[in-house]
Amino acid sequence: MYKFLNTVLIGITSGAIYSLMALALVLVWRSTRVVNFAQAGQALLSTYIGYEVIQNFHSFWLALAIAMVAGAAVAALIDAIFMRTLFKRAAEGPIAGVAPIIATLGLLGLIRALLGLVVGGKEASIRPPVSNIGFTISGHTLAFSPLKLLIVASVLFLMLVLSLIFQHTNVGLALRASAYAPEIARLAGVKVDGIRTLGWALAGAAGAAAGMLQTPDGNGALSPDSLEFSLLLVFGFIAAVIGGLESLVGAVLGGLLLGLVLAFVLIYISGSLVFITAFVLLIIVLLVKPGGLIGSRRGRRA
Amino acid sequence: MTLVVTDLTVDHGAIRAINNISFRVEEGQLAAVIGANGAGKTTLLRTLSGLTHATGGSASWHGTELLYSKPEKLVRRGVSHVSEGKSVIPELTVKENLHLGALWRKNSDEAHATQEMILDTFPRLRDRLDQQADILSGGERQMLAIGRALMSKPSLLLLDEPSLGLAPLLVAQIFQSIRALTSQMGLTVVLVEQNAMSALKIADMGIVLNRGRIAASDSSVHLIANPQVRAAYLGY
Amino acid sequence: MVRDEDVVHKFRQSNFGRLSFFVGFGIFLFLLSNRVDELRVYQGATLAMYVVAIASLILLTGYSGQVSLGHGALLAIGGYSAALARNHLSAPVWITFLIAVLVTAMAGAVLGTAAARLSGPYLAGTTLALAVGLPSIANQFGFLGGEQGLLFDVGFPPASLGEDFTQYKWYFWIASLAALISIWWLQNILRSRYGRSWRALRGNEVAAELAGIHAGKSKTLAFTISSGLAGLAGALLAMTISTVSPSAFPLSLSFALLTGAILSGVTTLSGVMIGALTLVATPEIAAAISNRFSTSENVTTNLPGLLVSALLILVVLLVPNGPVEQMRTVRNRKRAITR
Repeated sequence: MYKFLNTVLIGITSGAIYSLMALALVLVWRSTRVVNFAQAGQALLSTYIGYEVIQNFHSFWLALAIAMVAGAAVAALIDAIFMRTLFKRAAEGPIAGVAPIIATLGLLGLIRALLGLVVGGKEASIRPPVSNIGFTISGHTLAFSPLKLLIVASVLFLMLVLSLIFQHTNVGLALRASAYAPEIARLAGVKVDGIRTLGWALAGAAGAAAGMLQTPDGNGALSPDSLEFSLLLVFGFIAAVIGGLESLVGAVLGGLLLGLVLAFVLIYISGSLVFITAFVLLIIVLLVKPGGLIGSRRGRRA
Repeated sequence: MTLVVTDLTVDHGAIRAINNISFRVEEGQLAAVIGANGAGKTTLLRTLSGLTHATGGSASWHGTELLYSKPEKLVRRGVSHVSEGKSVIPELTVKENLHLGALWRKNSDEAHATQEMILDTFPRLRDRLDQQADILSGGERQMLAIGRALMSKPSLLLLDEPSLGLAPLLVAQIFQSIRALTSQMGLTVVLVEQNAMSALKIADMGIVLNRGRIAASDSSVHLIANPQVRAAYLGY
Repeated sequence: MVRDEDVVHKFRQSNFGRLSFFVGFGIFLFLLSNRVDELRVYQGATLAMYVVAIASLILLTGYSGQVSLGHGALLAIGGYSAALARNHLSAPVWITFLIAVLVTAMAGAVLGTAAARLSGPYLAGTTLALAVGLPSIANQFGFLGGEQGLLFDVGFPPASLGEDFTQYKWYFWIASLAALISIWWLQNILRSRYGRSWRALRGNEVAAELAGIHAGKSKTLAFTISSGLAGLAGALLAMTISTVSPSAFPLSLSFALLTGAILSGVTTLSGVMIGALTLVATPEIAAAISNRFSTSENVTTNLPGLLVSALLILVVLLVPNGPVEQMRTVRNRKRAITR
């Protein structure tokens, strides 16, 4: 019974972090039709910035806020300077369709190498702001700690803010309109280029939050070639695909679903099967239900 | 306030879609642009609203140069374009679609007044205000598309095939609403239509496009009376 | 008037002509390997490995319009299967390479069946996931040797080749022969019915299907062949470093191969040497730079990755179709003007 409860709680916590990464990917996909693989690099960069803030000001929450702002700024710059040029230049030719994807991959490599140049080889770790020792209920220690509670609460809070922005503000309306029908949005007077950059910025902030929350939940260590961040990208992508890649709600549910499935595999079967399970899940969703398990009527092609 | 188009030329790659055309539409007039498929009607509208770039020539409205400008800028100068095929966003609600047209307007009271006027003209939209636009019928979508364009408080309205895919009875109704609304708001209108007769009936003047060139341009009364135009475009 | 150029061109187009070209090139390489020092010979072997890997990626991306961000994973499959075959079956060297090709091709066929139904971003994400996850899977299964990996020893060169025939030269010979055979064979395939279907698919998938080309089958075939070549490259890579381990196939390997392919120009095999040479030269250039300007270890370890990524971005921005295609376009334009 406790084992089951623990599994669910672990799944929800890691799932919440996958949801944030999935949201970041979906936000960029909706605004630019690009799966931004550089997101892992941006999250890593933002987390390093957060780490520096912690070193200087000893506040995790201040660091989280600054990391998110920095993540948003970096993402906005990438879109405004880099992606816009790219879309103008690589408009035709045999690799036009995949050129933006390849470019984001190049960006991921570039960010990691630059981080390696600056901070590589140095020990860096983020300690949990609150205890990561599980709560105790009638003598049983749960896998759910104050830290995990804070992570889930933070993710919920961020999603609430995001959904308020999207559903109840003018900017949110412009963001949705630009995502669904950029041409009509432009005809209605929406400055689509700026809105697209804003979409990137929101994604950058979400990715930064994912990185900042994931790190202390794991072993806390940071490194420029961190496997954890690569896995965060991959699991975020899988969660986004499960959610249909178009839908913000889908991304969140996809993340939670993936988190739960992987937690059950981890605890009931074997840790060595976690990645394989995620990969097989991805392939099955893509082949059997290419529109995602949740919502979205749109097809997978083009 | 006059729409002045001079020596306008537009290329789609190697194809010349609009070939050196010039015309004027006086303020408050409704001009119908008719012609066969591929005559360049849609391209003309897309160029005037900034969606497509011209190869040469000039076009101005009320002193604003229309070519080489972005659509989102032209909307702010009073040019609203309802693009071909019921340009509404099905994922948004009816209210959001309308609201979208007035996002950039600073004065929300004024925008609200415009919305009330549109809903009075198209009462069916009022009933569906909070529903998603994808459940609307074809006619309702067209009303919504026109309503969205009017929310931007235009002085020049560019309408692309409002009759597309609608039942004949509905076409007459929509065209009557267009005429009534635009007279009421004092709009200048360029109406592109395949349905030549219905368009000329409500228009003040007509322009006949043929393979990117102007084949005839006259008051709509004269065009309807012109035997060649009748034979080629009006079907009798 | 028949120009000499045309005669040469025709000769290279014919089957016999191409075969003799490859044989001639092989003899040239053989003579060359006796004249340069050990380090260059070793780099030659790496170069040949990159040629095979990049050709595999060009076939996939340029000819069938699919993109793989995780080619390193396929190389890993090839490397591990070669090592397993060598260690457990004590198979002869050339058999281990064959096994690497076949096993990876089979894995590719399975993946390709799924991949043929995926478009750009989905396939890209799936292959990237594979490249991230596959090496770490090796960590978790005992028979794959964990972090240390497996030894892969192709053995000493045959004594008949003489006493001063070094190990590196032996690597170079094997790798060059494999590369020559691969490219020759690939060129023949590209000129066949299959090559034409791939080109048609790349041009316009719907039109190609209307013309009777089965897009799914055709793409799966491309993925299978491409994987087989990647497996060969993986075995060659394992040979040059004598081991296979998760760290031999990092994510950066996949990035580097992609950079090599984009740099070579994905629409034609003729630029493959550009990408391969660049990948071989990058670590040397990086070492030269860091020796001159800095002694920090960070610079030494990260500069190659930085150069490769920067190159990838620059090429995508500036010459998205690769320098060869770019030159061809410019030449054609000039020709059109002079006529």
